[in-house]
Amino acid sequence: MERDKNFILGVYDDEDVLLDAITKVRQSGVKIHEVYSPFPVHGIDDVLGYKRSKLPIAAFLFGMLGTSLALLMQFYMMKWDWPMIIGGKDYAGFPVFVPVTFELTVLLAAFGMVGVFFVSSNLKPWGQARIFDLRVTDDKHVMAIDLAVNSGMEEEKLAEVLKSSGASEVNKKSFE
Amino acid sequence: MGHSTTNYNLDQKFDFSAALKKSIMTVLGIGAVLLVAGIILSMTGGHDHGAEEGAHAYHWYQRLFANLWINNVYFTGIAVIGVFFFAIQYAAQAGWSAGILRVMLSLGYWLPIGAGLLIVSYFIVSHDIFHWTHAYLFDKNDPQYDYIIDGKGGFFFWPLEKGTFPIFFVVRMFVFLGVWIFFFNKLKALSFEEDRVGGTEHWRKMRTWSAFFLVFFAVSSSIAAWDWVMSIDTHWFSTLFGWYMFASWFVAGLSAITLITLYLRDKGYLEMVNENHIHDLGKFVFGFSIFWTYLWFSQFLLIYYANIPEESVYFVERLQSDVYGPFVFVNLILNFFLPFFVLMTRDAKRHGIFLKVVCSLIILGHWFDFFLMVQPGTLGHNGGFGLMEIGMFLVYGAGAAWVVMSNLGKGNLVAKNHPMLEESYHHHI
Repeated sequence: MERDKNFILGVYDDEDVLLDAITKVRQSGVKIHEVYSPFPVHGIDDVLGYKRSKLPIAAFLFGMLGTSLALLMQFYMMKWDWPMIIGGKDYAGFPVFVPVTFELTVLLAAFGMVGVFFVSSNLKPWGQARIFDLRVTDDKHVMAIDLAVNSGMEEEKLAEVLKSSGASEVNKKSFE
Repeated sequence: MGHSTTNYNLDQKFDFSAALKKSIMTVLGIGAVLLVAGIILSMTGGHDHGAEEGAHAYHWYQRLFANLWINNVYFTGIAVIGVFFFAIQYAAQAGWSAGILRVMLSLGYWLPIGAGLLIVSYFIVSHDIFHWTHAYLFDKNDPQYDYIIDGKGGFFFWPLEKGTFPIFFVVRMFVFLGVWIFFFNKLKALSFEEDRVGGTEHWRKMRTWSAFFLVFFAVSSSIAAWDWVMSIDTHWFSTLFGWYMFASWFVAGLSAITLITLYLRDKGYLEMVNENHIHDLGKFVFGFSIFWTYLWFSQFLLIYYANIPEESVYFVERLQSDVYGPFVFVNLILNFFLPFFVLMTRDAKRHGIFLKVVCSLIILGHWFDFFLMVQPGTLGHNGGFGLMEIGMFLVYGAGAAWVVMSNLGKGNLVAKNHPMLEESYHHHI
């Protein structure tokens, strides 16, 4: 069976039930594809066993890039390209560069972080979001389990695991 | 969310152990020896460059006085920051911090002593620290008459005649310190009464008192900064000086709170305080270190850029001095680059060892900040960082630590009837 195509979905009404269900489902050896929720559920990344995001590293690197570019730009302009005497200061008086350097550091860190987030989350203008169940935008939580990943287990067995973990209904969903 | 309530020991009391007493006394002893050695060195010593044109002859005790003043202002500030941060928790209705409220409050125990020392030392050191206390500056017939200081005289001497007793200045000093001590005692009394009585009524009362204290502190801390530190360089002024000195106090106070919390946890107290609370304290230290840098740099950049002689002289005295120049950079490295790069990651803020190193160095670093605010204007090139400075810092630090820790041991370590204690247990970030 092909991966990332056929899913079995557990639908949950309550986030407390969901958090317990995630632990139970994982303990029974089932690998969870993803959990969808209409609002942020505190502690969900812990029970899902997610590693911490690497986004801060991207932010730091983009920030450093901003710092370097800002300093390079200002030194180039003020020292080599078009030196001007302003207020009797040196052509390249470092303190006056600090505000612009700070701003560009923040700007590139923020833009870089958002960009990396878009790319890593596959958010693009022509992208088509896969909706597992429309009700996750309203009042239901949905746990998606990839059948191909859990091929060691019967489909009925997976449904049984989801039911016994507290799912109010169990559905199937396939994508082309 | 499915968590069960843990039963912590809420009646725990901190034991001011013999080992801790011994460590503090050792630091105090080393400080005292260094201080005496420093005094002897400067009495006998090579720092006396004699009288210069327009300046007074330099005496060795002026350096002692300058050190007294630096440490009085610095440690009194750290003490009042404890009360200030405590009041912030109530005014903001914060729940996360309920377990460490008593640590914040404990810094305030130094406040009455620090205030007493500040007032007493003012009357001893005034002529050597505050140029504006000299009567001849205000006498139009005197060759040393100073037009600018005469114009500012009312701020110190009103309603008396300029050049006499600085009644306005002294009254402000008494009122500020007195009101801070009053609020400390009031909040402390309410907090401990809550331990006995319970209920939410005391929390509400403390919230009201805290709000009044914060309003008063916002104004008084700023004016205290002009009075006690900025007026040393009487001709010079900076409109953000109050904020700048407050930020310096605040970061040092937050570092002290973090260090005491970590120490108590290492000794097995405050088991309800976990890495999430430590993380938040770390974020405060990190964030307000950047805030301090922002103010330091704003003050510097505008003066540098405008380059008006009467303003620039403040940084000329510091940056272009062989004595103080290097310490300007020590100040920036310890108070900005160190916390910024070390505490940037999440892990560094959650593990005690990074915080212990950084917070200790920040407390030293902000002492250097006050050193740079006070000494250039009082001692000029006769000042410096030597045995006397190290000794006096250690003596004050050990003294304050003794007072804080011994009083911390007297009461309950946890505000056990705080209505948000349960919320604090589950704090998770």
